[in-house]
Amino acid sequence: MSGAIKQRRAPAAPLEYLRHWPIRTWLVLVTVYLYAPLVTLVAFSFNNSKHNVVWRGFTLHYYALALQDSDLITAFGNSLTIAAISTLVSLVLGAMTALLLWRFRFPAKTAFEGALALPIVVPEICMGVAMLVFFTQVMPWPTSLPWPLNLGAIIISHISFSFSFVAIVIRARLASFNRELEEAAKDLGAGEWRIFRDIIAPHMTPGLVAGGLLAFTLSLDDFVITFFTSGPETTTFPIKVYSMVRFSVTPEVNAASTILIAITVLLTFIALRLQGTDVARNAAGGA
Amino acid sequence: MAEAKTIIRLENVTKRFGKAVAVDDVTLSVEEGEFFALLGPSGCGKTTLLRMVAGFETPTSGRILIDGQDMSRTPPNQRPVNMVFQSYAVFPHMTVADNVGYGLLVEGVAKPERDRRIEEALALVKLDDFGERKPDQMSGGQRQRVALARALAKRPRVLLLDEPLSALDAKLREQMRFELTQLQEKVGVTFLMVTHDQDEALAMASRCAVMNRGLLQQVATPSDLYEFPNSRFVADFIGQVNLFEGTLTVDERDHAVVRSPELDTPVFLDHGVSGAHGTSVWIAIRPEKIEIHKRAEEAPMMAMEDAPAGHNVTPGVIRHIAYLGSESIYDVELGNGRRVRALRSNLTRRDQEDLTWDEPVWLAWHACTPAVLLS
Repeated sequence: MSGAIKQRRAPAAPLEYLRHWPIRTWLVLVTVYLYAPLVTLVAFSFNNSKHNVVWRGFTLHYYALALQDSDLITAFGNSLTIAAISTLVSLVLGAMTALLLWRFRFPAKTAFEGALALPIVVPEICMGVAMLVFFTQVMPWPTSLPWPLNLGAIIISHISFSFSFVAIVIRARLASFNRELEEAAKDLGAGEWRIFRDIIAPHMTPGLVAGGLLAFTLSLDDFVITFFTSGPETTTFPIKVYSMVRFSVTPEVNAASTILIAITVLLTFIALRLQGTDVARNAAGGA
Repeated sequence: MAEAKTIIRLENVTKRFGKAVAVDDVTLSVEEGEFFALLGPSGCGKTTLLRMVAGFETPTSGRILIDGQDMSRTPPNQRPVNMVFQSYAVFPHMTVADNVGYGLLVEGVAKPERDRRIEEALALVKLDDFGERKPDQMSGGQRQRVALARALAKRPRVLLLDEPLSALDAKLREQMRFELTQLQEKVGVTFLMVTHDQDEALAMASRCAVMNRGLLQQVATPSDLYEFPNSRFVADFIGQVNLFEGTLTVDERDHAVVRSPELDTPVFLDHGVSGAHGTSVWIAIRPEKIEIHKRAEEAPMMAMEDAPAGHNVTPGVIRHIAYLGSESIYDVELGNGRRVRALRSNLTRRDQEDLTWDEPVWLAWHACTPAVLLS
């Protein structure tokens, strides 16, 4: 009997969203609007046309051009350096702040916690102007310093906003820490430093990775604040791209952007891999 | 029997959190090799007491001596005691073997010796082949064994257990009760356990301390706690009990009589009470110690052979029956409206059909069963 009847699919259950046509349409639309611009950008980086309006054939010429553009390379190098240094400092400061807020009680703690979120909520343009005023009126950063010290003003301003993100991410991670783990380690004979190294730090690791990734990407693509703190000698990649676009949108801009996208995707991939396997395994070794 | 050695001694230990008194002037000794249980309702201070022994809290006043040494202010990492936490607190990022060996690693025990002791501890809790596993690949019961092995690997003088069985399901709990007692006998380490579950304490401990509102109520063996409670709180907390308020009317060397307005019959006891005549007391009778007999209308009053006629027997009517399979609980209403709870084992399959609702019965008890409570 059952063999004779042609098998029909069961009707869509309420939670099987992908089998309802309105939701499918919605999904397709969202995907297109999210990724179509990026796909276009990447595709046109291979376009063999100076004005980059219509497709005229495949070429890697503009990649070569971008890699030969010393200004662009310098800006790119500056961006990576700023991102690396500001991420490192933000991680240290952010982790320490998160531990402080998690572990200790002190006067005006609530106010402090609120103030920590300020760099996130204050409009970037205000932050930018504030930085500009600060570095011209209060603490002028010498522009004649050798590289990378001449990037100091930008690095400091990047730290000032990305460390808040790092602190909040790590703080959230610490909230899920079972205090009995700490007590258990102490009960087994470990001192404070040892407990931090063996028990708390491994628990923090995913937060550190996530916070670091966040700080790195925030720094790498920051335009507004950097715009107010950079000088002629200290251009970053977004600023350079902006100035190139003001003349004409050539495939060179596309090529440079594509390289940046590739680097970001690669870094995210590595970070996720680390988080998923190796970090946990290494930490497990203890000593 | 060899003279027992005191391993933990609490002297007038008090702990205040702000104005709240968590532990109030507790003096207590735990002997070496004992399985000692701290029993009480939640918030009675038992966990605070355990944490003070572990070193996570310091007493506001009083002394804690471990193995004869005052350790009231010694930090937990320098005390010869180890704890099994309620959440087990197994380190999630370490393998089972690393967890068990952590205390030894911190202590600086060399690797070959450490590996040997890890293996030994894992064998003790029957987790021989689990060394390379991660905690998230294990069940709750197995994680608890890891916590046990980890604490025992340090060879503590006393093992502290904080509600060890509360997170396990009923069947496993039963099994772990048995295994924990066996383990304790095997390693010979003193166990100090905190629990709110009276069954757990009675089944596992060699001695129990009952606490209430920070105060120590009674310290005794499980059977003494049950049979000879020293207060209404203990009688009520351990098992079920019928309590009657009354006055001591006769108090001789070999017998005593208590009359209660709540009972139609005077209560005859086969021992003296050593309270003043006319003292207000409470009589506690356990439900399973009350006999239920069928009562025919107009029948003469039945008598108990170990009490004078008219004592320890009272008529009533069954108002409610709770059938629990192995036993039935009968709610019997006395002439004055007071309800008394009696329990009877269903020894034969007919037993539970024997007595029925609204049936007139005699309730009777032996002269040795009622406990007299002065507070």
